[in-house]
Amino acid sequence: MEGAAAQIVHEARELRGSLTAGFRDEAVRSIYAEAERLARRAVRREGQAVWDLDQRIDRLVTSPLFGIPVMFIVLAVVFWLTIAGANVPSAMLATGLFWVEARGVDLFEAVRFPWWITGFVWNGVFRGLAWVVSVMLPPMAIFFPLFTILEDLGFLPRVAFNLDFLFKRAGAHGKQALTMAMGFGCNAAGVIATRVIDSPRERLIAILTNNFVPCNGRFPTLIMLATVFVASAFPPAFASIAAAGAVVSVVLVGVFFTLLVSWGLSRTVLRGEASAFTLELPPYRRPSVARILYTSLIDRTIFVLWRAILTAAPAGAVIWILGNISVGDASLATLSANALQPLGHTIGLDGVILLAYIIAIPANEIVVPTMLMVYMGVGMMTELSSLEGLRTLLVDQHGWTMLTAVNLMLFSLLHNPCATTIITIYKETLSMRWATIGALMPLVIAFVVTFLTASAARLLGLA
Amino acid sequence: MEQMGLNLAKFDKVVALAGNPNTGKSTLFNALTGLKQHTGNWPGKTVTRAEGGFEYRGVGYKLVDLPGCYSLLSASQDEEVARDFILFGRPDCTVVVLDASALERNLNLVIQVLEITDRVVVAINLMDEAKRKGLAIDTRSLSHDLGVPALPLVARTGEGIPHLLDAIAGVSNGETRTSPLRITGTEEFQRAIGALVPLIEAAVPGVPNARWVAIRLLDGDARVEQALLDGTLGDIVERQAEPDQRFSHKIALQGSQ
Repeated sequence: MEGAAAQIVHEARELRGSLTAGFRDEAVRSIYAEAERLARRAVRREGQAVWDLDQRIDRLVTSPLFGIPVMFIVLAVVFWLTIAGANVPSAMLATGLFWVEARGVDLFEAVRFPWWITGFVWNGVFRGLAWVVSVMLPPMAIFFPLFTILEDLGFLPRVAFNLDFLFKRAGAHGKQALTMAMGFGCNAAGVIATRVIDSPRERLIAILTNNFVPCNGRFPTLIMLATVFVASAFPPAFASIAAAGAVVSVVLVGVFFTLLVSWGLSRTVLRGEASAFTLELPPYRRPSVARILYTSLIDRTIFVLWRAILTAAPAGAVIWILGNISVGDASLATLSANALQPLGHTIGLDGVILLAYIIAIPANEIVVPTMLMVYMGVGMMTELSSLEGLRTLLVDQHGWTMLTAVNLMLFSLLHNPCATTIITIYKETLSMRWATIGALMPLVIAFVVTFLTASAARLLGLA
Repeated sequence: MEQMGLNLAKFDKVVALAGNPNTGKSTLFNALTGLKQHTGNWPGKTVTRAEGGFEYRGVGYKLVDLPGCYSLLSASQDEEVARDFILFGRPDCTVVVLDASALERNLNLVIQVLEITDRVVVAINLMDEAKRKGLAIDTRSLSHDLGVPALPLVARTGEGIPHLLDAIAGVSNGETRTSPLRITGTEEFQRAIGALVPLIEAAVPGVPNARWVAIRLLDGDARVEQALLDGTLGDIVERQAEPDQRFSHKIALQGSQ
């Protein structure tokens, strides 16, 4: 078999030598010529195009001057709608679900279940679920339809067009802008989307940096922090605009790091020039309502929420166990948070936040609920359906400052991808090495960046 | 027609959906199978192979939605998924979906597909957009020139689907005789291919499209040479029969940019 194959390859090389040089160019040229001839015969112009609104819009959306500002205004509007719209339903869901929790506890106590079953089921598993649902569902149910509308309109290729020159300068592929956009939904999906990039070098750069755009699992964290810390510094009328501005800034920092790290990679381990490619700008198409609803709510929202629920329930259970098993006079949760405290403090965070990030490795969605549950301790039924309550808990009881909020945003943006994304990186590259780099490189970057901001803030006396 | 969704327990024919990126393959796929494959208005959205089923006049069809590709010579992973299936998946019928408003560019792929199979139906989609741009397309003359059925389609509204189904049925069961346009190249080139094809067929028994492999070898395609040498050409053929679960290959940095 091997001998036969080698024989064929040899034979082919011989034959190739005997052919007139450029025989294949000739063949390709004749394909193009034939296509042109066929099209000429089949297509007829019938008068003028009805209208060319597309071109006019494109002149603005892809103009060198306005292209990028227009893009960020669109992004800001999407986040503003998400934040402004999600507030009330989030609070309502939280109130409702915690009411259910309280009734559940009552019921279990009435039936005289042992205290630890009641605690495990309701204060552990159920509370974890309740947080994830109330914090994540409303923003997703608003963000995803808006994102899908932009996708169906044909906005994404225009984004890639506008950002092309930046990626090129970073030594990366222009289509990385497309895979980056997919990362807003889910980084694992973004990693799979890199298949559109033909050069392995540029594809690896796109895979390794996809993590620097916040996926929807991390948006709730960013939105919560923006709302509690940034928005509250503004008068209520501007609160949600300020919060949206903060989230857009975080996204900008993410895009900046995507480009910076791509640049670094293309000058070190993944050396090379950016390759040329063609990108079609499809006509703007009117999105179909039924399809938008299906894609954004069933494919995206329910899919992501279900994944979060699957990881939140066990995480809730783990936290409850950590909080209720004591060694000496402190619970395991307190002990591990204390052990992580020095490291956390160095980078402007604290031990509880780091503990939450360790428990949340399977899915980023549960970082905030995990953190809050450890802070609140078990059995303390703090009513947290209002953002004011959240602020009191974090600032007054646990000493959060603006530095904590900013660094948590940065850490959330830059740290290691979730387990699903790491596994996807492995599946797409079939390389342990790249999967490991994909996990550790962002983590190191997150530690370095937050360490620098914390040190700077402390030196300047800001924190 | 009956949409069968994911029910692929029993199918008689395999139909592949190919075409340039963003011409509406997934939209047509959804219309035929009743599935909700993710569609979107940007090139490069489908990167994997999706499969669904439909039944038409008592015959079960497995429909395979492929990532878009501009050419059968391309190198990116998503285009390779498409190319490998058209070449080695032994579809009973390949539907090439075209964008009516960019016919010339789209026809390049059709001509390349016709080079390797005669079981082809050409679906000229987005007829509504072409009309808005003031373009009229004579599908009859195109069909005549290409030597395979060419039909107008608006996949989003379902306009043209009944005729398309008839054409797919006819080509799949061999009732529709096609005489595809072939660009043959020079005589010496044909002779070289003629010399290689029997050798390839002997070395890799049951390989579909030995002709294409021969062309690529003559072109000096290093990847096809490698696949032939390490015996993975046979693996590629076998992989096409399985659902598209894992088809990545290790990203190798050497040799290619």
